[in-house]
Amino acid sequence: MWSKESPVIKISDDDATYETITCDVLIVGAGGAGMRAAIEAFDHGAKTLIVCKTLMGKAHTVMAEGGIAAALGNVDPKDSWEVHFSDTIVEGQDLSNWRMAEIYSKEVIDRVYELEQYGTLFDRTADGKIMQRPFGAHTYRRLCYIGDRTGLELIRTLEDQVLKRNIPFIDEVEVTRIFRDPSSGRVSGALGIRNKTGGLLLFKCKVVILGTGGSGRVYQVTSNSYESTGDGLALAYRAGAELMDMEMIQFHPTGMIYPEGVRGLLVTEAVRGEGGILTNVKGERFMERYDPKRKELSARDVVARSIYTEIVEGRGNENGAVYLDITQKGPDYIKKKLPSMYTQFLEFAGVDITKQKMEVAPTVHYQMGGVRVEPETAGTAVPGLYAAGEVACGLHGANRLGGNSLGDILVFGRRAGIAAAEYVKSNQPGTVSEKDIAEETARMLSPFKNKNGANPFALKAKIAAVMWKYVGIVRNEADLNEGLREILVIAEEAKTVEARGPRPYNQSWFDSLQVWNMVLDCEIMIRSALRRKESRGAHTRSDYPKKDNENWLVNIITKEKDGRMTQELVPVPRPPAELAALIKE
Amino acid sequence: MSQVEKTESKREVKLRVFRGMGNDPSTYRYDTFTVPHEEGMVVLNAIHYIQSHFDSSLSARWNCKAGRCGSCSAEINELPRLMCKTPVDKFEGEITVEPMKAFPLVRDLATDVTENWDVGKMIPPFTPKKGAKEPWTFYQEDVERSREMRKCIECFLCQDVCHVVREHKADYIGPRWVVKAASFDMHPMDSLNRADFMKDKAGLGYCNITKCCQEICPEHIVITDDAIIPEKERVVDRRYDPLVWVYRKLRGSE
Repeated sequence: MWSKESPVIKISDDDATYETITCDVLIVGAGGAGMRAAIEAFDHGAKTLIVCKTLMGKAHTVMAEGGIAAALGNVDPKDSWEVHFSDTIVEGQDLSNWRMAEIYSKEVIDRVYELEQYGTLFDRTADGKIMQRPFGAHTYRRLCYIGDRTGLELIRTLEDQVLKRNIPFIDEVEVTRIFRDPSSGRVSGALGIRNKTGGLLLFKCKVVILGTGGSGRVYQVTSNSYESTGDGLALAYRAGAELMDMEMIQFHPTGMIYPEGVRGLLVTEAVRGEGGILTNVKGERFMERYDPKRKELSARDVVARSIYTEIVEGRGNENGAVYLDITQKGPDYIKKKLPSMYTQFLEFAGVDITKQKMEVAPTVHYQMGGVRVEPETAGTAVPGLYAAGEVACGLHGANRLGGNSLGDILVFGRRAGIAAAEYVKSNQPGTVSEKDIAEETARMLSPFKNKNGANPFALKAKIAAVMWKYVGIVRNEADLNEGLREILVIAEEAKTVEARGPRPYNQSWFDSLQVWNMVLDCEIMIRSALRRKESRGAHTRSDYPKKDNENWLVNIITKEKDGRMTQELVPVPRPPAELAALIKE
Repeated sequence: MSQVEKTESKREVKLRVFRGMGNDPSTYRYDTFTVPHEEGMVVLNAIHYIQSHFDSSLSARWNCKAGRCGSCSAEINELPRLMCKTPVDKFEGEITVEPMKAFPLVRDLATDVTENWDVGKMIPPFTPKKGAKEPWTFYQEDVERSREMRKCIECFLCQDVCHVVREHKADYIGPRWVVKAASFDMHPMDSLNRADFMKDKAGLGYCNITKCCQEICPEHIVITDDAIIPEKERVVDRRYDPLVWVYRKLRGSE
């Protein structure tokens, strides 16, 4: 069953030879979106291969806690896809793609039941149906959940399905480039590193599906894991795809602030869903002032800004935090409904949340912006390139509703898989140019040549500090300009970034490549934030504090043209009359 | 704020970290590093400090740094633990950090755990009962037993601590994978009986219930009592219950 040896791989720093692997569909990323896409592409007959940057089953999806938003109507029978559609558009501040919101709110219901058939054990109602909990800015109780471990159960269920089908996967692969056929422009392959050996892999494929997540780790205080360095965004951009609304970063209202090692770690919205109350240092329930009707269960952008305001106006505590209190629910209820929160606070901070208040402050959580996709297929502007989940853009507009991301990865992961399998049937394999391979291997091996260069781990920390300081919850022109200037200085320094030691499992090498992706993503995020001269959803400008529907019902598109970064403004597509009539502000 | 704390704090943490490549013992050594102590510091924080300040060639796998993903498994002062969940204040004096020993070494603290998937694929998957009315109806109390097994974050520390896995690798799937099988067996809609698999293929009989696995599980799954023993009982029921044996002989379902 088990073997014991792992031979030492001897591979020189400049060895640019590669192993070639051929498939139809290459899935990059094994979170919910990637695995759901893989299942569908495989079931539709495409020769499918999954590669992912970390170990199988560790994707950032495991960190999702609260649930999947789907209008099953099990608890509130009045709920329907129409109301869910309206909630999504309204809280997205009219920046969402209406067609994606329509597809989502209709199809996510089937995706939840399908997940149950795959083996997911949702919490139950008294009459044995899937239980649903309230969440911020959802009109009805809508989130289907597994305690506060919904993401873990989701990823394990999908992993089981991948293993059951024996879909091939290689974990711990860092993909560095997507190739296109020089004459047709279609996707023809990709290059990556097999992390354990340090050897190079050339994938010859007709389709690449990106399910690589966002870039939350470009911020200092973040709920995001190691993976979220925006690699997929940079891959797509360099391949010629369009990035959209990259200024839109969701700050989750409640992250842990103590101890330092876990600062930013998520405190699930389910705490407020289950009745948690926010108070400031004076003991005031301050959400009554900002949103008297919905209070703690207002939209995430509203709650995050409210907490931020309390803290900067001096009503936070000595640690720069406000309080979140769930003690009134009693120990049994809390341990049953919020088991991970209970142990998280007990083990990391020594706080017993059944008896004590939590200290919380906003933390970077989610990237609404991303690769622009076509709603029906999750296809990008590059033929053969698809993107689903957090790396894609369109569903969430200027503010994502809690619970809409776990549904997003299922609905659009599946659609990407189906579309990819169809595409494979009608397209022949392209060629990967030797020149492109040589250029890319030279680029990605160059950190080994940078003797006494910059330390990639230190550069990551520098980037995170700049973004947190200048591109935070409340932005202004001067800060953004300074942030951009400093990111460009770091980008220069990053040219000297050094990989130290031999190639197998060389984190300083992988992190060097990630630093290059991060500075590119940050530049695009800041340029987009400078461009949008209004406040909408998660994007708040103190110098343009109002929402401006006259001028800014537009998506900001960034793409590379003749080697230069360009931006254009495109009006948000308006829904047809029958759907527009559903939208209730 | 943290700047001030740093200059005030004189405390330091000394770490002895294993270094080495693959199966080549000539590369094995221990490096010692001294890092500044910070409030609430865990071993993973100290490893990160080493990487960004002293030696960027140190390799250590990690991901969520929140005890949720199970990537940063290591042996810390000889016990299998998650680096992200082990406070440095737990120990007095030097802290020794080594890779898991049940898995092949890749580099420094990173081991090769991929064989787990080959073992995982052996387990007969969740197979729902046929013909149940959809959407399915079952109750919260039906969910709870399997739920405990589903807390597993696949850190494989239980595999690492298991002396049977270390010594009889060829024969026993190990605690993590018994937990997996149990999570299917306890699913209210599952239709399979995995007892024959557990006895004949999974080597469940090798486990002699020393309970090491449940003592170190970072998710506090009571592995031996709640997964392994019930699975052993299923085997006994199916294979050694005389009534079941006679019934199956008569039906010819052996």
